[in-house]
Formats: sequence, structure tokens, C-alpha cells
Amino acid sequence: MPEQFKLITKHIDEPGYTPDIACYLRHGGYAGLRKALATPVRELAEGKKLSPQEVVREDVKASGLRGRGGAGFSAGLKWSFVDRRSGKPIYLICNADESEPGTFKDRQIIHKDPHQLVEGMIISCWANDVKLAYIYIRGEMPEGARLLNQALKEARENGFLGKNILGTGYDLEIHVHRGAGAYICGEETGLIESLEGKRAYPRIKPPYFPAVLGLYMCPTIVNNVETLCHVTHIVNMGASEYAKLGTPNNTGTRIVSLSGDVMRPGFYEIQVGKVTLGELIHDANFGGGLRPGRSLKAIIPGGSSSKVLKAGEVFKLNRKGADGQMAKVDVPLLDLPYDFDSLQQAGTMSGSSAVIVLDDSRSMVETLGNLSEFYAHESCGQCTPCREGALWLAKATHRLAHGEGRKEDANYLAHIAQNIQGRTICAFGEAASWPVLSFVKKFRDEFEAKGAADEAARAQGAGPVHGVKMAASPNHH
Amino acid sequence: MSAPVQPAPAPAPQAPPPVETMTVKVNGKTVQVPKTHPDWQGKPQPTTMLQAARCAGVDIPHYCYHDKLPVAGNCRMCLVEFGTPMMDPATRKPVLNEDGSPKIAKSVLPYEPGTPRGAIACATPISPGMEIYADSPATKQMRESVLESLLINHPLDCPICDQAGECKLQEYSVQHGQAGSRFVEAKVHKPKAVDLGPRIVLDDERCVLCTRCIRFTKDIAGDDALGIVNRGSYNTISAFETGKFDNNYTLNTVDLCPVGALTSKDFRFKMRVWFLKESKSVCTSCGTGCNITIGSREGVVHRYEPRENDAVNGPWMCDSGRLNYKWIGRADRLREVLVRGTRSTWNAALQDLTALLSKAPAGSVAIVASARQTTEELFLLKKLAAKTGATTDSIAREGEADRLLVAADRNPNSNGARLTGIAFTEAGIRIPEIAAAIEAGTVKTLVVFGEDVTKHGIPAATLAKLETLVVSDILPNATTALATHLLPGAAHAEKRGTFVNVKGRLQKFMKAVEAPGDSRAEWEFLHELVHGVTGQNGYSTIEGLFNQMAREVPAFAGLEWAKIGDTGVDVKI
Ligand SMILES: Cc1cc2nc3c(=O)[nH]c(=O)nc-3n(C[C@H](O)[C@H](O)[C@H](O)COP(=O)(O)O)c2cc1C
Ligand code: SF4
Ligand code: SF4
Ligand code: SF4
Ligand code: FES
Repeated sequence: MPEQFKLITKHIDEPGYTPDIACYLRHGGYAGLRKALATPVRELAEGKKLSPQEVVREDVKASGLRGRGGAGFSAGLKWSFVDRRSGKPIYLICNADESEPGTFKDRQIIHKDPHQLVEGMIISCWANDVKLAYIYIRGEMPEGARLLNQALKEARENGFLGKNILGTGYDLEIHVHRGAGAYICGEETGLIESLEGKRAYPRIKPPYFPAVLGLYMCPTIVNNVETLCHVTHIVNMGASEYAKLGTPNNTGTRIVSLSGDVMRPGFYEIQVGKVTLGELIHDANFGGGLRPGRSLKAIIPGGSSSKVLKAGEVFKLNRKGADGQMAKVDVPLLDLPYDFDSLQQAGTMSGSSAVIVLDDSRSMVETLGNLSEFYAHESCGQCTPCREGALWLAKATHRLAHGEGRKEDANYLAHIAQNIQGRTICAFGEAASWPVLSFVKKFRDEFEAKGAADEAARAQGAGPVHGVKMAASPNHH
Repeated sequence: MSAPVQPAPAPAPQAPPPVETMTVKVNGKTVQVPKTHPDWQGKPQPTTMLQAARCAGVDIPHYCYHDKLPVAGNCRMCLVEFGTPMMDPATRKPVLNEDGSPKIAKSVLPYEPGTPRGAIACATPISPGMEIYADSPATKQMRESVLESLLINHPLDCPICDQAGECKLQEYSVQHGQAGSRFVEAKVHKPKAVDLGPRIVLDDERCVLCTRCIRFTKDIAGDDALGIVNRGSYNTISAFETGKFDNNYTLNTVDLCPVGALTSKDFRFKMRVWFLKESKSVCTSCGTGCNITIGSREGVVHRYEPRENDAVNGPWMCDSGRLNYKWIGRADRLREVLVRGTRSTWNAALQDLTALLSKAPAGSVAIVASARQTTEELFLLKKLAAKTGATTDSIAREGEADRLLVAADRNPNSNGARLTGIAFTEAGIRIPEIAAAIEAGTVKTLVVFGEDVTKHGIPAATLAKLETLVVSDILPNATTALATHLLPGAAHAEKRGTFVNVKGRLQKFMKAVEAPGDSRAEWEFLHELVHGVTGQNGYSTIEGLFNQMAREVPAFAGLEWAKIGDTGVDVKI
């Protein structure tokens, strides 16, 4: 039976484990930093040499570490894009805005093992010649901000942070910045604007790629909390050992936030790709199965923005056969390995690794109504398709969910969503439209039946279609 | 693909050093476009798809983009489908079609390879061999859907909206929109008739949130006064302090607003724009000489708007200059020729003056002109001065300069006065001398144009000592009250002429409206007077007069009226 593999969450929720530095040090904390700082110059073939910092950067690339924030982009590759010749300072920002519905993994680290994040950040900053870094933490986590500030203070007092870190001459400062409660502050360029004291309007790319024109128009690295924590383990274990965890191109471990209609919702750290969706839901080590008497209806596999998967779906995945050749293989939903590539091939994504399980008691129309209201409320409103489209979607799903539906609403919703995805400034456009597109596509019957039922009811004398009031209003949170 | 280096085609400006170009295709047409274009601050930046399309004569619809503002990329109206040459990943060479042309990979969504992906033309740089499909079905669909989104919550106010006729939402809806909306939900309601500041009213429901007004106010006017409150579809433009949006450039936001959201209190509900006649002119309220368009109807000036001139004001002007036009239509405008208090005719008055000035002994005449007069008028006055041996000067008018446009010199033509020899390096320096000469009885005739000299060092008591006081002005004042000969003149909007601004830009302006009553353009009657007094023939057309001046005044050597473009020429000051 597959089990958790606790790398990041090793001590989290362990009896007696506390968030202070003494406890962290007792458990071998900051050894990774010491090891990183002592990295020797690496001689390559052709007489080339890698500086200690370059060695760590290369190792992060070689480890195969992919971003845990949502897009799953190679961390080492991201670091390699940083403009190191601009003469400007390089900034690193830890994205601790964790706001994707269903996601509650970063907060475990922040609240229960903050030094693990601080150590990962210090190593990452050192490897990238960063002198000033920020932790952007979502406003709704005041306790997390307090704990992080405490951890930073302790790290400073112990010579891990501040001037002349561990006598190496390297200086680094890290500040905690609290957001003010907007999902869009998690989008990296919106985050940067917010950090600069402005409204969190995501920036257009081109030209504002953070690696070149980020915070204060300087090269900037933005990484998720969990991603940065992995850097310490890569240093400690060595890149090749680390890369043995998980599966090829999907290395390491991931913390899955499991929620919805399972017996044991919670966070579970797994080797990427070594556990299937079915195991996550049903195994006693994980979700422990559905509620009694219920059957699976759908899985939202990577946070609310990911495309929904329907119970019973079978996907065509590229797999290496016994003969070593790649071939398309049928893989049923519950056998999908939980990793970046498999979910992508299944037409969705592992996103923020939040798995939301829906059983047959759930109305897909109402569920979508709930999600769409979230996106309408969280759209920053900067660009036209998302600003107008997100609320339009919410109003339409709300109308359908509240007895004012029409048979054509399934198509209507899909059309609105089609006109958002791919046309916006930031990926929120996809986040807002993918749930709609996938719900309507996979549960079309349910949407049409609801519309038809509403029409029939109205034909017997109910009110007009127009003017259903939305709960979302400008100032409601 | 090799891009031959050669000068850009027609629409690009004349460029002495060869411009480095890139070859792209716009709607199937191959064009060579410069590799860079100036950004909003004039710095060369990689040419965007929108700029490349312009080089090919294709205008990609846009709301938020403006040449002179930082790029925002928020409206998405300029989304276009595009393609780039396919590269062989192994050889890094372009993949070719059978006919040898490069194979083009059309842009598609990475997660849905069957669906075209647009790029915003206003912010996406071109690359060699790029193909821009500004009219393809996919582009049109994207454009239509953006328009649809902009319209779903837009009130249908057109019949009562001031922007009607100048509205980009109206215009693009007609050109690119679809008939009828599918929208069956309740519209979002937002504040209407918000008093943003003393000159601006905002209708938030009409706003398309392009942020042009915000960017202008912050990045050009340097005032962080406007912003957006709320989120998503409820986004609302608002002023930092409602009612206090009051820098000297607020009205530019009205020009910039692509829809009727921002309106000028001065112009609101006054006039349908399509009734307005437009005349090219220049602002007279300071020495910058911002280029303007005068909007008038049936002889009445209704508004000034800035007219783009990168050598002077860019596309902007200040509020005080813009609103300084009401005096033109004032009821107390001087409209009658008066000789010694009695109504006279131009003929009689000019004959009288011709006789008088012709026999005036040398040194008995002085002339105080105004640096608000046209260069041609100052030139004619100088001729009069030469013939009569008159001392001349003009009046200085100083204020405070700002960091954008307003010049400390509040006269529009101080350089004209200097270059024609009416005034000296320091305008007004001879006024005490003139006053003293009147007091001493040596100057018996004073000619005053466009200035109330009682406020500038020649008190009424001194004027009373004159035998003849010739005054030409537009509005009554203490000096006109004492005139023996009162010649009603014309506002700049009522005539043609030129000014030379503080930086030496000579700019011509056109007539918008007729002068009231008997009043005439000063250059016209001055021409007759100079002809009479000097016996020399002059020119009775502004073209001829200007060309004559250009032959006689060294600074204007080589200039011809017909060759001065709408944005003027630099002269040596
Ligand atoms: C709308 C939106 C919200 C996001 N929210 C978060 C978030 O809360 N936390 C996070 O780490 N990344 C979030 N991201 C992803 C970030 O933009 C960015 O890709 C990520 O922080 C990069 O870190 P990684 O490479 O380590 O994953 C969000 C992206 C979008 C489009
Ligand atoms: S896509 Fe949505 S959230 Fe992103 S910039 Fe546009 S309006 Fe804002
Ligand atoms: S008020 Fe006008 S200029 Fe300002 S954002 Fe709205 S539409 Fe754009
Ligand atoms: S800056 Fe000067 S010339 Fe320009 S509009 Fe203002 S007053 Fe007129
Ligand atoms: S013009 Fe608005 S996005 Fe390009």
C-alpha cells in the first residue's frame, strides 16, 4: 500500500516539535545552509569552472525540481533566466499568498516549521546573489506572519541571516510583507505590484518578465513556499539522490491538500507520481474513501482552477511500453498517477496540488456557481475579458442554479468562457474559465437538464429570466 | 530570411541614417518596418505589432494604447492572431514550404493547440518573418468578443452622451461589433455624474477602465490623483479626494477618454460635436504656444482642444490655456471705430491717422505694441516706427513656469516682438523712457496696441498730456477710454498670422470665427496705414505679407507662408 513520504512534512505535527529555532536546530536545521555555503568550486570538462553558487544552481536544475505554486515550471530553469548582467540588484520573493481554493499546504510549513522555509530561502538567495528578499504572505494569515518574523529574528540572532552570514561575508535581509486579502496577489506580477505598494494588477508579459523586469524593475525570482523548502533538501541529499524521489520529470515529493467528500481530508506528502488519484481518495493512509453509501462524481485535481475530471473517465497517456517504445495507453481516472505530466496529459493540471473530491450528492451546477462567484469576486478587473466575463459567468451560473436557467445556458456559459481563456493579461483568465469549460463539457446533461427543468417550471407561470440578483457586490468579501 | 537594410517606406519619418528594418507581413502584404519605434517618452524600443501594422497602413483597433502614454495592455481590443516562421529544432533553420517560402506556425493556445491565440498588438514586439493577421476570422472574433464584454455593462446613453460622434466604443461597435447581445443578466450599476474636480465630471458606467486618465495624470501630469477602487466588474475610477482633481492638466483626460466617461464641465451638454467647425490655431495664454483646434459654430467659439505637435506640446495643453477663450465672445467687445469719441469709419479714421503720422516730426511718436499680436502685425508696426522715428516697446507678462508646458512668459509672441525689432531683449525696458518723453512733451502721439498701458507704467494722467492717442484693442480698458482714435481689433481666433514661441518655433494659425461689428484684423488695417504713411506698396494678403516679412527680417529668411506646416518651423532666436 502506498504511503506518505515525509520530506518537507517530516516533523510537522510530530509531538513536541515546535516552530522555534532551538527545535529546528535539534533536528539538524541549517545544516543545509552550512553545506551550501561550503560548496567547493566545481571543475568541469574543458577546464570550465562553476562557482559555488553556480554549483547549487546547477544542482537545483539537475534535481528536476518543479515549482509547487501552480505552473510546475522547472525551478532551476527559472533561476537560469535571471538577468545577471543588468547591474541591478536581484530580488527573491517567496510566494506565501496561498489562496487557491482547496489549497492548505504552505500554511502547514509556515505555521509549524517556519525555519525550514527560511533556510530554503537563504540558500536560494545565496545561490542567486540576492541581498534582499521578501516573503509575501496572505493577509489572512496573521499568525503565520508573526511566526515568520520570529523565525527571521532567530535566524538573525544565530548568524544565519543579516550581515556576514556564518562568517562568509555574505549579507542577506528577508522581510515579511502581508497582503491585504486578494487572490490575485498570488499571481507573481500582481504580487510584485502589491509589494511595490500598488494595486495588485498583474503586469503584461512581454515586457515585464520578473526574471528581467520584476520588483522595482529589477531581476526577480518568485518561488512558492514549498518549492523553496525543497532547495534545502536538494542540497542536503545531493541532486541525484533527490531526483530519485518521485518519477522521471516529476521528481521529489509534493504535499497534496485533499478535501471534499472523503473520510480523511487533510494534507499528505507523497513522492510525485508514486501515488494515484484513486489511492489518494480511497487508501486508509490518505483519504480513507468516500462517505458511506456515496459514489464518486468528480475530482478537481489541482486547485479550483484546474479542469474537473469526471468519475469513469479514461485517458490516453504516453507510457513507455515493455519494449522501451512510447505508446498511448488507456488509463482510468483513479489510476492516474498524481504528478505534473499525467494530469496534463489528462487535459487538466496538478496546479497547487489541491485535490477536491465531489461525490454524487453534489450538484455540478451549484458547485460551479460557487466557484464562479469566487472568480468574479477575485478578478482584479484590469483586463476586459476577465473583468466582464468573470462576473458574467457568475451571474449566469447563479441564475441557472437558482431556478432561472435556460436550456441554452450550457452553450452560453461555454461561449463566455471561451472568450476569456487565452485573451487576458494573466492566467486568472484560464483559472476563471477552465472550471466552466470543463464542467459544462463533462456534465453537459446536468446543465441542460437544469435549464430545461427551469424552463418548464416557468412555462407553468414563474417569472422572467432577467434580473436575478448576484450575491457578489463591490464590497463583499 | 535576410532583411535588406534600406530606409523605411512612406509613412515612416525621413531618417538620415539608414533605419535598420525588419521584414514582416501584415494582412498578407510584405512590409519593411523599422526595428525600433519611439516609446511614449521618445526612447527607441522594439517595434510592436501595432506599429508595424501602421507602417503597412493598417490600423488595429485599440482603447488603452496611446502613443504618448506608458503601455497598459488592459483593454485587449488590439488582440490579433499571428504567425511566426517555423524553426527546425535540430538545425535551428526555418522550415520551408515546397515553393521555398518559410512555413509559418500560427499562434495557438498552448493547452488547446486547435484554438488560435491572440497577442496584444500594442505590446508585443515583432520578430523577423512574423505574419500579423489583423483581419482574420480569429482576430475578428476576438475583437467582437472584447467589444461585447465592454458593452454588456455599458449604459445605452448615446442619445444624451457628449462623446457621441467621437466615441471609440460607438465607432468600433459599428465597425467590428456583432448585432445584438446575448447578455440576459442584470447590468452592473456604478456612480453617475461624479464631480471629480472643478472641471471634470465622471460617469463611471460609461468608463471602459482603459486607465488612460490614470496614466496621464500620474505619469505625464505627475499627480497621483486618480485610481481604481473595488474589484473585477465593479472596478470604478475615482479621484483620491472626490472633487479635488484639480491639477492644471485635468482636461486632457477628457480628450484621452475613448468614451464619454470623462466630460468637461465647460463643454458638457453644450453642443453636439459634429456641429463644430474645426480650425487650426495656437494657444495665446503663454509663450509655449500649444497647438490647438478651435471648435466653433456660427461664429461662436465653443472649445479649444490640443492639436498634436511633438515639437511643442505633444498631444496636451494646460487647463488654464484651454479655458481662456470666453473673452472672445464677450458682449463688451469693442466693435466701433471711434475718432475723438464719435463713431467713425475705417476709411475716415485711417485717412486722419495717415495725415497725422505722415507729418509727425521725428521723435514725436512712440509705439507700445503687444507681444500678444501676430508677428506680421509687429512687423508692420515696426515699419510705421521706422518711418516716424518712433520709440517702440512691448509689455512683459511673467508668471510661474511648471514642469510640463506652461512657460513663465505669458505672452505668446515675445520672440516675434524681439525678432521684428519692436521690443528688446528685456521687453518693457523702454516704457519709462516713453512715459518720460510724454511728460516732457516730446512725444505727442502714442500708438498702443493690445495693452492697457495705464497698468504698465504710463498712467492715465500721463496719457492725458498726449495730443493723439491711437489705441487698438479688443476689450475696453482705461487706455481705450482715453483714445483719440480707437481701432477695434480682432482676437487671434478671428484672423490668421504667426507667433514665435519661447523656444523659437514659428507657428501659424488660422481663422475660426468672424470679428464682431466693425472690428478688423490688425494686420489688415495696419497694412493700409503703413501704405498710406510710407507710400510703399504692401501686401493685402497674409501670405504676401508674411513672405515680405521673411525677406526683410533676417530670422525668417527663406521662409514662405505656404511652406510652414501645421506644426510650425524652428527659427533662430
Ligand atoms: C491567479 C493566480 C494565483 C496564484 N496564486 C498563487 C499562490 O497563491 N501561491 C503561489 O505560490 N503561486 C500562485 N500562483 C502562481 C504564481 O504566479 C507563480 O507562478 C508561482 O508563485 C511561482 O512559484 P513556483 O515556480 O515555485 O511554483 C498564482 C497564479 C495565478 C495566475
Ligand atoms: S486576467 Fe483577470 S485577474 Fe488577470 S489581469 Fe486580467 S482582470 Fe486581472
Ligand atoms: S474614465 Fe475614460 S480614460 Fe479613464 S479609464 Fe475610464 S474610459 Fe479610460
Ligand atoms: S501651456 Fe501655455 S500655450 Fe499651452 S495651453 Fe497652457 S497657456 Fe496655452
Ligand atoms: S490597445 Fe488595449 S490592450 Fe492593446
